[in-house]
Amino acid sequence: MTHNTFTTASTPAGGVRLHIQNLGKAYGQRQVLHNTDLTIEPGEFLAIVGRSGCGKSTLLRLVAGLESATQGKLQVDGHDVTGLRDDTRIMFQEARLLPWQRVADNVALGLPEAQRDNAAHVLAQVGLGDRLNEWPAKLSGGQRQRVALARALVHNPRLLLLDEPLGALDALTRIEMHALIEQLWHDNGFTALLVTHDVQEAVALADRIILIEDGSVSFDERVDLPRPRSRGDARFAALEKRILDRVLQHADETQCPAHDEAWLGLPAHGLRWAI
Amino acid sequence: MSRSSDQQLAAFAAMESGLLQATWYGTQGVWFPWGKLRSFSYAVFQRLLPWLVPLLLVSVWQISSVHGWISVRVLPAPLSVLDAAWVLAESGELWKHVQISAGRALLGLAVGGGLGLALGLLTGSIRWAETLLDSTIQMVRNIPALALIPLVILWFGIDETAKLFLISVAVFFPIYINTFHGIRNVDAGLIEMGRTYGLSQWGLYRHIILPGALSSILVGLRFSLGLMWVILIVAETISAQAGIGYLTMNAREFLQTDVVLVGILLYAVLGKLADVFAKGLERYWLRWHPGYQ
Repeated sequence: MTHNTFTTASTPAGGVRLHIQNLGKAYGQRQVLHNTDLTIEPGEFLAIVGRSGCGKSTLLRLVAGLESATQGKLQVDGHDVTGLRDDTRIMFQEARLLPWQRVADNVALGLPEAQRDNAAHVLAQVGLGDRLNEWPAKLSGGQRQRVALARALVHNPRLLLLDEPLGALDALTRIEMHALIEQLWHDNGFTALLVTHDVQEAVALADRIILIEDGSVSFDERVDLPRPRSRGDARFAALEKRILDRVLQHADETQCPAHDEAWLGLPAHGLRWAI
Repeated sequence: MSRSSDQQLAAFAAMESGLLQATWYGTQGVWFPWGKLRSFSYAVFQRLLPWLVPLLLVSVWQISSVHGWISVRVLPAPLSVLDAAWVLAESGELWKHVQISAGRALLGLAVGGGLGLALGLLTGSIRWAETLLDSTIQMVRNIPALALIPLVILWFGIDETAKLFLISVAVFFPIYINTFHGIRNVDAGLIEMGRTYGLSQWGLYRHIILPGALSSILVGLRFSLGLMWVILIVAETISAQAGIGYLTMNAREFLQTDVVLVGILLYAVLGKLADVFAKGLERYWLRWHPGYQ
């Protein structure tokens, strides 16, 4: 991989430091997240793995300021998170492009008039410099996620939250996107938080992998493989297997409900999991 | 629609190729761009096909009139309708009536549609406005606009205001309902995305909510345009001193069936024009949508 140093118009401001202490979130009676402690260093790439509905997306939404915690402390660079912040951007599982705006306008969404030219620059970085005037409907799934990535990066975020952004893509496109995300992370120096259920993706990208089970962190491991990482590498495969085994091991005992929202208000007693 | 015309084309191609094969041997050795001629004739055939049935009907009508099978009192011949239209157009009377009718219709649409749009945006965007207004509006909606005619005559008399009021009331509801639902159906994920990307309330409205509701609003507009002409016709036949309705009612008094037919055809033309206009708006504003490309 070529690690060219692209510089966005304003110099990258580096990543934020994230400090989470005793964090908890409940929807009504249901405790989705509890007693979570986590510190993420500036510029670190952290992957959060876990089964669906175990609280990892909730953690991401709390960090984003989209929802507020019911207990505990959540600090970015020493300041409490109270709502949406300008230095944080999210990539969602679906690209969420505005279908009625062309690619360049989608990337320039929310950008001050003076910085609109940056959109074309960042689109070139993600390899879509020649599709500026295309409608999103004409792009493939992978291209749409590239546009979404460009839209996030054009704001020079210091914290990038990735909520399973590659979950819907095919395996080959996903590997291409891994390389792209890794390179842009390397060049821009932001702190990255990736939620995924794909252990291989986590091992390929992250400095550190945590596992969230039953609403709290149950496993925390540093990935000491040199970058760029090769999937054929024996150490890569060994680590992937170990983490995967750890994720699956817990599943025999209990199972997380598939969707948080679907279970709201349902009394838990008398229910049996059909596995 | 394009699919069915493709099928027609395929069926025609199969038929035609059989014909051409039969004639091909006769012209062997002589160079001629049969292929080009063939594709050209398909294109012409495709264009003419939809007009075939109307043309046939009009011809039968004309022949029947000429032979006296249909009384001119009941249905004048197509040519005499054309003649009447020509006379009216030449005297300038036609344009005067069309102008007045179209003016009424468009003013009613502007008032009723504008109010529908504004209230739809309000109740669609703000919860308490919906709670306050929506059930009342839904109740009023179930009254047919034409049922108001006696009341409207008592309120406004029989002049312009009455006609405007009726048209406005009728076009209000389709636009209101479709605007409301358009706004409610905007993808919540897009709105959330907009908020995280730092859009202000107005920015959210301008970039996400309004464009997201637009296709639905345009459906409402097309419904309203259809209703607009219906109500206009009724309102103009009640009482008017000018307009297409007046033209036809007046002609009826003098048994000028040809002029009555001119009036009816004028409504058809105006209705079609309005629809073409609405379709044009759709094609321009929804050009991002694969369904409108």
